[in-house]
Amino acid sequence: MATSNGPVLLDFWVSPFGQRVRIAMAEKGIEYEYKEEDLFNKSELLLNSNPVHKKVPVLIHDGKTICESLIIMEYVDEVWSGKVKLLPSDSYQRAQARFWADFSSKVYECGTRVWKLKGEKQEAAKKEMIEMLKLFEAELGNKTYFGGDTFGFVDTALIPFTSWFYTYETFGNFSIKEVTPKIGAWAKRCMERESVAKALYEPNKVYEFVCFLKKYYGIE
Amino acid sequence: MAEGELKLLGIWGSQFVIRVKMILEQKGLSYEYQEENFANKSELLLKHNPVHKKVPVLIHGDRAICESLVILQYIDENWSGTGPPVLPANPYDRAIARFWAVYIDDKLLPLLLDTLKAETEEAKAEKIAGIHAVLEMLEEAFKKCSAGKAFFGGDSIGYLDVTLGSYLAWIRAEERIIEAKLLDETKMPLLVEWENRFLAADCVKKTLPSVERVEALGRVLIAKEREARLAK
Repeated sequence: MATSNGPVLLDFWVSPFGQRVRIAMAEKGIEYEYKEEDLFNKSELLLNSNPVHKKVPVLIHDGKTICESLIIMEYVDEVWSGKVKLLPSDSYQRAQARFWADFSSKVYECGTRVWKLKGEKQEAAKKEMIEMLKLFEAELGNKTYFGGDTFGFVDTALIPFTSWFYTYETFGNFSIKEVTPKIGAWAKRCMERESVAKALYEPNKVYEFVCFLKKYYGIE
Repeated sequence: MAEGELKLLGIWGSQFVIRVKMILEQKGLSYEYQEENFANKSELLLKHNPVHKKVPVLIHGDRAICESLVILQYIDENWSGTGPPVLPANPYDRAIARFWAVYIDDKLLPLLLDTLKAETEEAKAEKIAGIHAVLEMLEEAFKKCSAGKAFFGGDSIGYLDVTLGSYLAWIRAEERIIEAKLLDETKMPLLVEWENRFLAADCVKKTLPSVERVEALGRVLIAKEREARLAK
């Protein structure tokens, strides 16, 4: 169990950005304290730790705060630089990993438009989603993971969004799985890892959460 | 292209391209520059950035690196022994530099564009207030990052300096167009002092376009935008 001097993660159970950090920490075997935040009633700690964005995840370590999931992942990879590395050591491979990890965040932004919007805008978002995932499929190719033989930075960055596909498919009335089978297969392989299985929630739970959000925000 | 040769695909007015040029200059790396035309993108651009089809793209031998902040880190890591470091050495300081760089691009660019496009005085004033708020945040960030030294990066220009610094010609050009102060010495005195030091650096003098040139471009873009709006 983490001591009070160990790292603390401020997070929200279903946040895919928080899950990225949880997976990274687990892959690297880092012990930490998990603090669940109520995003509808943000704590003083969260507001003080991330005054700029007031968002999760936030990592508190050695009295300092680090915000933004990909930035936290890089920090964690650098500070706990032991055996397991999320980023490859070659500078070009690192550049590629950073590019694709950054791009993966757009999957969530696009997906949000799929479940929030209707009509033409929703159709555009659906099309964009499929195009993006096909690009990821091409990048994955025949590799086991985006990192090659080892699960890495891009895998960690992208995998949380796969538990949102069912939600996007249901609200968008389209299939993601059928048109991007390689992503589906890759996601299944990732789910066999303890770090991923423990961090992600069942697609149904994510769907329930989004139904709740729609009611809360009065979105039809 | 020979192994090890550098080529940068860009557009002269793009902040994202300018910041890469600044770091290449500072590192003393020679490179070939190719000006792109967005209405007619080159084969090279489409081949090397098929995902976004945007500039900058750094071509290094047979490698292509896209996204300005990714390129800056690539240069830092690949030429770590040459010239000053781009990112700080300490992981926490690196995280802070990365955080503010993302913040700058997320917040400043849309606000600068929206201010130019604002149709009423009220809308314009709201956007200007937004820019002030962002710059005031960066004033505070400067205090912490510089720790009393000349630049965000410390003694030498670094990642965060060029990320914000690449906007300077645009900020000053926009002030002339909208006839209002954005980078205000009364509100952000440290940033204005930093700006003076930044503009005096060789790598900046060689790469940052003049305010006059950017102002002319800005006025052309606004005119085109108005035409398009009226045509609808």
